[in-house]
Parts: sequence; structure tokens; C-alpha cells
Amino acid sequence: MQQTEIYERLTQTLRDVFDDESLVATPELTAHDVKEWDSVNHITLVVAIEEEFGVKFKTAELEKMKNVGQMVEAIEKKTAG
Amino acid sequence: MHLEWLPSHEDWDGLLRSVKELPAGEAAARLVELANSRMEFSQMGKLDRAFGRTVRVCEGAIPGLERVKLAILGSATISHLPPGIRMAGLRRGLQIDVYEAPYGMYWQELIDSASGLHAFQPDVILLALDARHLAGAEGSSEAAAMELLRSCWRQARTQFQCQVLQQTVMPVFSNLMGDNEERLAQSPASIVAKVNERLRVESEIEGVDLLALDRFVVNEGMGFWYESDFWHRSKHEVHPKATGIYGDHVARLVAAGRGRSKKCLVLDLDNTLWGGVIGDDGLNGIVLGQGSGTGEAFLDFQRYALGLSERGVILAVCSKNDEKNALEPFEQHPEMVLKRGDISCFVANWTDKAANLRHIAKSLNIGLDALVFADDNPVERALIRQELPMVGVPELPEDPAGYVATIASAGYFEGLKITEEDRVRSQLYQANAERDRLKDSVTDMGSYLESLRMTMTAQPFDAVGLTRVTQLINKTNQFNLTTERCSEAEVAAMMRDPKVITLQVRLVDRFGDNGIIAILIARANGAEAVIETWLMSCRVLGRQVEEACLNVLVEQCAVLGVRALVGLYRPTEKNGMVREMYRTLGFELEETEDSGATRWRLMLDTYEPRPVPMQVEVVREATV
Repeated sequence: MQQTEIYERLTQTLRDVFDDESLVATPELTAHDVKEWDSVNHITLVVAIEEEFGVKFKTAELEKMKNVGQMVEAIEKKTAG
Repeated sequence: MHLEWLPSHEDWDGLLRSVKELPAGEAAARLVELANSRMEFSQMGKLDRAFGRTVRVCEGAIPGLERVKLAILGSATISHLPPGIRMAGLRRGLQIDVYEAPYGMYWQELIDSASGLHAFQPDVILLALDARHLAGAEGSSEAAAMELLRSCWRQARTQFQCQVLQQTVMPVFSNLMGDNEERLAQSPASIVAKVNERLRVESEIEGVDLLALDRFVVNEGMGFWYESDFWHRSKHEVHPKATGIYGDHVARLVAAGRGRSKKCLVLDLDNTLWGGVIGDDGLNGIVLGQGSGTGEAFLDFQRYALGLSERGVILAVCSKNDEKNALEPFEQHPEMVLKRGDISCFVANWTDKAANLRHIAKSLNIGLDALVFADDNPVERALIRQELPMVGVPELPEDPAGYVATIASAGYFEGLKITEEDRVRSQLYQANAERDRLKDSVTDMGSYLESLRMTMTAQPFDAVGLTRVTQLINKTNQFNLTTERCSEAEVAAMMRDPKVITLQVRLVDRFGDNGIIAILIARANGAEAVIETWLMSCRVLGRQVEEACLNVLVEQCAVLGVRALVGLYRPTEKNGMVREMYRTLGFELEETEDSGATRWRLMLDTYEPRPVPMQVEVVREATV
């Protein structure tokens, strides 16, 4: 899957999970930038992303991710081929 | 989300967006409609937020919904559980306000009169303690877990006089021993199993209702319900994706506690209770009963409906049919499990079904919201959902084999207390089971056969059985003396021939109806009759059905003035088991051919009926 498509679909997922139509997935976006992005919603977000892209993240991967850009790269790798 | 009894809504997201523009009253109806459709995990979150907004717009109480205050007390993460509970409440006309006790503080919240729980004054308390907390710590035991739970229940009951729900323990632990895990007392998996067993008994004594998590996880499988990485990361025991179905189980208990369970199952007929269309296919053409996988699936569904009716669910029929046709199977089809007397309100006409459901609710004196409508036809289902949104309309699968599971999975008829009538009936069942156990322990064959409580019914071929009879004649290989195959037309011709004795034999025992299990055809010619066909189903071997059949055949021969019976055996690769049958039954060997075929004779003047361990009923004339 192309990164542009992933960003597009991720934007919609972020909006759905955080109930904020102004959100846009950008590489630098982090939990600090979104008021609703707390630890509870983080789990919801992970499940929603796994559902949207049909992927599964390992705990170690999630722990290393610092921003949305790294999330997108991980999705790209998992959906490749 | 595995809410498989709910229909999918084509434009779910569009419908949800439109909620914002609606006035509060209409918004509530729209939310209920959405909650009654299948949804994905993230859709549930969105719907829950829209619901929250509507609650705020309505200043706390949405008109038309019953408000219930439910508190969840847990030992690990529970913050993901409320949306599923709220949405399942909405599905049942409830506005469930949820209070989450702070992480792990279930006991403090119960005993501290200054706690948030005390301020909340719940109508329902849900105790959702995780498996590690109860069974996975050093020194855990069944006794300690039960002691803790009992203390919680008593606190909850005395402090709040409210409904208390206890989640059974999720079986998250892997085995240390294996299939015989319970032999290892200290194994966490074994403690979980034992606690769950004890909960079944003690919850009833203490007036607590169980949320049988350990039982319903089986439906979707543990892989769906629990992932260890979610536990390690964030102490989620119930997987976030499973919260929709979890919440539905909670809400059905809450609804049941408030008398909101459904009370009546309304059944369509054609392709719902049997296969085919009675008005077109006729009594002999509908698919129902033994001998066809589809026919057995319909039987199974009828049995489930009967089981529901025996525990107090009312059954009704709503069918587009002429009443005369609709009643025919109930009155005349031998395999129907449901009888006319099981149906409290029988409506068969050509009026639209919404009007008929209104009539049914009125004549049974129950609300429309107490009805569940089971119909194979998606068009009828859509009509009822639109016209009467308060009626439960399960999305039946195309294959009737799935009807029972779909209706059961919806939990429409969730029950908490058994009635006095149920109690009497279950005592009766237990007494029977006790008697059967006594008989099971007796090893001699005679009393074993007696204990089966068999009734054999022999009757001439008839139109209803014709297809099944022909099928048996053409597929039975082992217990088949002549392996004489016939077409349906040939069988029908024998039915009409006064010189031919035809017998189709059914056997019912305490385990149920075995269907048609033997077929005999004998052709009379003067003073003797030749048994052209004698075949039996292997599942009733060793029960002296042969002797009982011979008794009936001899009796019928006498009526025709026949004085000798001739038996034929023609060997095939498969029918060696009956080579000596006629000898065993007292026939004299008359002739052996080179092929191994034999011819036997039995003189009827001196024949004494054989004693048989069953009741025998003989129907003289074809009923149809």
C-alpha cells in the first residue's frame, strides 16, 4: 500500500476515534498534539488501525513508535507484498 | 463485532452523520435503529459518542428510554467496557448510565460510604474481576476466591439492595497438566474451572446473577476474546473488539432483571419450520424430518422452539397461507415436533405481517416489544423492522441449520428465575434421569431393552412416507434380504395392490424418534405370501425389531387367508449379516441355489407370536 493512501485512511481513523473532524495524519503528529489521545484512547486507536488495515502490531513495535510517521511505515511494511 | 443476529445497515455511517441534524426525539429513535444493526469496533465508539451528545442535549435523560444506573467494579482495566454496555442497552430501550470504579478499587468502593459508588447509588453492580486476580496469585485457591466474592456480594446487596451481576472467571490460563488439568489442585486453570463451577451454585443462593463469560467465550473462541499482549500492555482482559458482545450479555441481564426480556416467539411456517411451501408442495412435498439433512435442521429448530415453550416462552405462528393448508402439517405430518396445542396464537392469512403481529400481541395481551419474529424471508423481516422497530427480528441465515444458533445468540429470552412450573418440571426430569440411571446399571439385555421404552408403529405405505420409503429401498445395503430396488412409481403401485402387504415401521424410544427404520413388502399368492423386501436400518439392530415385525406380518397374512410365508435371501457383497435371519426367526430352509440364494418357509397355523420388549402399534389403513 502507498504511503499516501495509508495517510488518507489513517486520517479518517483518527477522526473516528478522537471524534475530531479537523485531525489530519501527518508524519510528525504525536499523542501530545491531540487532546483526546490518552492511554485509554490509544488502545482504541491501535485496535481501530489494526481493524482498518487488517494488520497486527507486536507490543515491542508499539513501544518503539514515536509518531504517526513511524506508524505509517510499520503499516506499509506489513501490507507490502 | 460478531453480533450476527443483527442485520447489516447499508448506509450506517451516513445514518449516523444525520443524527446531529435531528431533533432530540427523532435522534433517539435513529440511535436505537443504528444500535440494532451490525457494527464494527470503531463504529461502536462513534455511535456511543453520538449517544453521549444526545444525552447531553436532552439534559441527562433521553425521552422514551428507561434509565438504569450501572456500576462496574473491576480489578484491572474496565474503561473499555462501557460503550458496549450502553449500546446494548439502547438496543433494548434502556439508557444505561455507567459508573466505572477507579482502577482496581472494587473493595474500597464497596465499603467506603464516601466513595464514588455510594454517591452514584447504582441500580445494578457488575463485578468484573479478572482471572489473575482471583486465581493466578501465589496462594490462590478456590476457597479464597469464593470467600472474597461472597464478601463483595454481601456488601453490594446490603449497601445498595440492587441487582448484582458476577462475571464468571475468564479461562485465560494455559494448562500445566493437560486435558486432566483438574487433578493438579494448585494449577491456575484448574482453580478457574472450580471457581466457575462453585459460582453456579452459590450465586443462586446469594441472589446474584451470573454473567457467564467462561461459557459464552466459546461461541467466538478465546482467540477473539483474549490476547495476552493486550493484557501485558494495558491490563485489558476482555479484548476491546469483544466489548460489543460482552456489553450485550450485560444488557440482556439488566433487561431481564427489569422484566424486559422478550416473551413470545412468532414463527413463520414455509421455509422457517419446514422446507418448501405447504400450499404448493403439499403435505408430502415439504421437507421435514429424518432422512434429509435439511429436514433434520428444521426438526432441530422445532425442538428448540418447543424447549423454549416448555420454559415459558409463548409460541405463535404468523404465516401467509390459507389457514387450512397451514394447519395440515401440525395435524397430520408424522415428523412435526410442534403440535397445534403448542401454539398459543395461530395466524395464517394473506394480511400483511405487521398487522398480524399487532393482532398477536393484542390477543396474547403482551406488548409488541415482547415479540421476536422469526422469518426466513428478508422482505418480511425488513417490513417488520421498519413498521414495528420494537419487535426483535433476528437475521436468520439462509441455511436452516443456523436458525437455532442465531436466535440463541441474540439472547432475546434471557431468563433469571425459573417459574414454579419450571421447578416442578425439572424435578420430574431429574426423577426420570434417576430411573434411567438405575436401568443403565442393569446389564442383562432384557431389562436394557425394556429400559429403552420402545414403541414400534407399523403401517402400510402412505403418500407422506413414499419418498423416504423409496429412498430406503434404494440405499439400504446391509440389513437387506433381497436388495430389490424400486422406483417411486413402483412403490406407489404396490401401495394400491390389495394382494401386497406393505409395512413401514417407525421406532420411538426414550432418546427420541428414530424415524422409519424397517420396510417389509410381501406379495400374497393363494395360500402363500413371498416376502419380496425386508430391510432395516442398522441403528436399531439387536432390539428384537425383527421379531416384532414378523408378528405384525403374520397377523396381516392371516387376514388375507395366507397360511405360509416364504422368505428369500439373495447374497450381495454387503448383506452377509442377514444370511441366517430366517433361520433365527424359525423358518425352515427349503432350497439353496448355486449363487448362495436361499428360500425359507414358515407355516402360520402353528405360529406363536414372539414376546418382544416394546409396545407395538399397528395402523391398518394408510392415514393419508
